[in-house]
Amino acid sequence: MTGKLAGGCPLPKTQHERVLMAHGGGGRLMQQLIEQVFVPAYGNTALETRHDGAVFHPGAGRLAFTTDAYVVQPLFFPGGDIGELAVYGTVNDLAMCGARPLYLSASFILEEGLPLADLRRVADSMQAAAAAAGVQIVTGDTKVVEHGKADGLYISTAGVGLIEHDLVVAPTSVRPGDAIVISGDVARHGMAIMGVREGLEFESAIESDCAPLNHLVQSLLDAEVEIHCLRDLTRGGLASGIIEIAQTAGMAVQLEESAIPVREDVLGACEILGFDPLYVANEGKFVAFVPADQADAAVAAIRSHPVGSEAAVIGKVCGEDQSGLVTLRSLVGASRVIDLLSGEQLPRIC
Amino acid sequence: MCLAVPGKVVQSPKDDDPMQQARVSFGGVVKEVSLAYVPEARAGDYVMVHTGFALSVVDEQEANEVLAYLEQLAAEDEAQEAEA
Amino acid sequence: MKYLSEYRDAAACAEVAKALRQVVTRPWTLMEICGGQTHAIIKYGLDELLPPEITLVHGPGCPVCVTPLEMIERAITIASREDVIFCSFGDMLRVPGLDKDLLTVKAEGGDVRIVYSPLDAVALAQENPEREVVFFAVGFETTAPGNAMAVYQAAQRGLTNFSALVSHVLVPPAIEALLQSPDCRVQAFLAAGHVCTVMGYTQYEPLSAQYGIPIVVTGFEPTDILQGVYGCVKQLERGQARVDNEYARSVRREGNPAAQKIMFEVFEVVDRKWRGIGEIQSSGLGLREKYRRFDAEHRFGVAGEALPEPEECVAGMVLQGLAKPNECPAFGTACTPEHPLGATMVSSEGACAAYYRYRRGR
Repeated sequence: MTGKLAGGCPLPKTQHERVLMAHGGGGRLMQQLIEQVFVPAYGNTALETRHDGAVFHPGAGRLAFTTDAYVVQPLFFPGGDIGELAVYGTVNDLAMCGARPLYLSASFILEEGLPLADLRRVADSMQAAAAAAGVQIVTGDTKVVEHGKADGLYISTAGVGLIEHDLVVAPTSVRPGDAIVISGDVARHGMAIMGVREGLEFESAIESDCAPLNHLVQSLLDAEVEIHCLRDLTRGGLASGIIEIAQTAGMAVQLEESAIPVREDVLGACEILGFDPLYVANEGKFVAFVPADQADAAVAAIRSHPVGSEAAVIGKVCGEDQSGLVTLRSLVGASRVIDLLSGEQLPRIC
Repeated sequence: MCLAVPGKVVQSPKDDDPMQQARVSFGGVVKEVSLAYVPEARAGDYVMVHTGFALSVVDEQEANEVLAYLEQLAAEDEAQEAEA
Repeated sequence: MKYLSEYRDAAACAEVAKALRQVVTRPWTLMEICGGQTHAIIKYGLDELLPPEITLVHGPGCPVCVTPLEMIERAITIASREDVIFCSFGDMLRVPGLDKDLLTVKAEGGDVRIVYSPLDAVALAQENPEREVVFFAVGFETTAPGNAMAVYQAAQRGLTNFSALVSHVLVPPAIEALLQSPDCRVQAFLAAGHVCTVMGYTQYEPLSAQYGIPIVVTGFEPTDILQGVYGCVKQLERGQARVDNEYARSVRREGNPAAQKIMFEVFEVVDRKWRGIGEIQSSGLGLREKYRRFDAEHRFGVAGEALPEPEECVAGMVLQGLAKPNECPAFGTACTPEHPLGATMVSSEGACAAYYRYRRGR
C-alpha cells in the first residue's frame, strides 16, 4: 500500500537538500554525497575505483606538480564559478611550467548549510572545465565544517603534468633582450567580481576571463618558440606577475603602456572606481618571455586560439638588474617605476 | 582628489524621482547616477560624475575648441618643419 | 572613452610641451593643488616632459591626507561599536590612527563598509532600522554636495538612525594660508578643476589680484595639466596675474548653483585643523544647527581633544610644498606604505606614497 503513514514518519530522511555535518562523517551520508554529486560529475575510471588514491602511468619526461586553494566570493560570478576557477587555475599553473596538464585532485571544505544544488552546480562546472582543458579529476576529499566557518565552499587542488620537451621554462631562463608577450586584454576578472560586489554594483557585460591556457602554451611549443618563461596573471594583475619574474630573474624590464590591451568597458569600470588596470586580477591570461626574434611567431601562435585573439608584445627585458626594476613607458612617452602594491586596491574618490 | 569621470546619460530620470537617478554609461559600464545637480542634462549628454553625482554637463563646444587648439599646434609645427 | 582618451594623446602632449619650451625663458615654481593632479603627473611622468626651468611643487589637495589624527581616532571609536554600520569611501580605510586604521577595525569584526556614493549609506540606514549607520563625510568642495545631499535626504525621509562624521575642507583658505607664509616660493597655481566645477572660480580672483599670482583652473588628464602649466607660464613670462580656465568643458565661472545650494543648506563654514599644517580659520565645513542631530560626533559623544603627530613625520612640510618626500629622514625607512607615519604616505594621492611607488628605484 502506498501513501503516507498516519501521524508522520519517524524514519530518518535520507535525501537532503543542504550539506550537513554528517556529510563529512565518513558514513552513509558521505558516501551518498560522493555517489550522487562527485562521481557522476567527474566520471572517470580512476575515480570509480573509489580507492584512497589514484594510480596511473604518467609517461616519460619530467613531472610538474602544483597545488592551490580557491576561496573566491561570490561562488558564482559573471563568466564563471569557483569550480571552473579551481580547475583552470591548477591547469594553468602546470602549463606555466611548460607542462602538459594530466591529472587533478580536488578537496572540498563545505560549510554546513550549503545548498546541495550549489555543490552539484560546482561539480558539474568542474567536469566541464576539466573536459575543456583535457584533464581528469582523479581523486579528492570532502570535509564539512560548522555553519559560519567557511564561506559556503573552499576548494583545494593539486595537479600533475608532464614536460615533454627540454626547455627550462622558469625565471632563471629569462635573458636580456627578451620580448614580453601577453595573451590578451587585462583586468577583466577583477572588474567582473567588482561589478557584483555589494555596494559597488554596476551593470555591465564584463565577464571573468577564466580559461585554460594549456592549449595556447602547446601552440607555442608546436611553433618551436624557445619559451624562456611563462607566468599566468592572477591576483595582483599584470604588474605583480611581471615584477615577480623580474625580481626572481634579476632583470630590468620595461613595459609599453600603449601596447597593453584593455577593453573599453573594463577601462570604464576601472575609471569609476579609481583602479589601475595593471593591478587588477585576471584569470585566463599569461605573459611569455621569448627571444626577441621569435616574438612575432609567439603572438601568431597564441592568436590562433579565440582566447588569445588580443595577444600582443607589451615590453622587453632591458638587462641584468639585481633589484629587478620594472618601468612603464606611459601613454605620453615618459617613464615611471612600477612597484608592488601594499594591499589590494580600494575604490577611491580622490 | 576628486576623481570625476565622464559618462553618457543613456536613460533620463523619472520626473517624480527627487534624486533624479539616471543610467549613465562609462565606456559601456552602466551605473545609476543622481542628476539632481544637473537639471539641464538630457539623454545623450555627457556628465562628469563623482561619488554617484553628476556635477557638470560636459560642454561639447568647449571640449571641441580645446581639441581643435591642440590640433592647430600640431599643424603649425608641421608647417614650420616643412619650411625649415 | 570619450572625453577621456583624447586628453591622453601622446602627440598632443608633445605639442604642448614643445610650446612650453618655446615660451619659457627663466625658472618658475608652480604648485598643483589637487592630489588627483599630483597623481596624474607622476603616473604619466608629465614632469619629464616639462622644460628644466619649471619646478612643480605638490600642494595640500588631498582631503585624505589632511584629515586630522583625532578625526581618524573618532572614526575608529565609532566603527568599533557593535550597533554601528560604518560607511566610508575606500581612501579612508588605510589612513593610520594612533595604532590602527579602519581596515584593522574591520578585521577585528567591526562592520565597516566601502560605499561608492553617500546615498548608498542612506539606503543602508533605511534597510537596517535597528542599526546605527554612520557615514564618514570627508573631502573637498567636490565631494561636499553629494555628502550634503545624503544628510538632506536623511532629514527628508525622517531617518533617526543615520549620522555623518564630518571632516570637510575648503581649498581657497588653504591657498591663502600658503601664500601668507614667508617661506612660500610658489609663483603660480594650477587650481583644482573638480573643486571649481562645484564652486566656480570667483573666489580665486581676489587672491590672484592681491598676491599678483596667475591661477589657471586645470583638469586632470595629461593635456589638461600641460595646458594648465603652459597657461601659468605664459602669464608669468608676460608679467600677468589673472585667473584663467583651462577646464572650460566642465567648469563655469559661477560653478554649479544647484550643488552650492544644497551644500550650504546643510553645511556652514567652520574652522578646521589640517593634519600636518595646523588650524586654518574658516577652512572647513560642518553641519548647520538645523542638521546637528545628524552629527555623529555629538550622537556618539566622541568630540575630543587634538592629538600630536609623530615627530619624525614632516607631512606638513610636504603638504605645503616646503619639502620633498625624499628629504624626510623617515622616508623609506621608518615610514613606508606598509608602515606609514603620516597620511601623505598612505593615500594614493599623497606625495610621499607617490614618490615611494614611482621614484624609489632611481
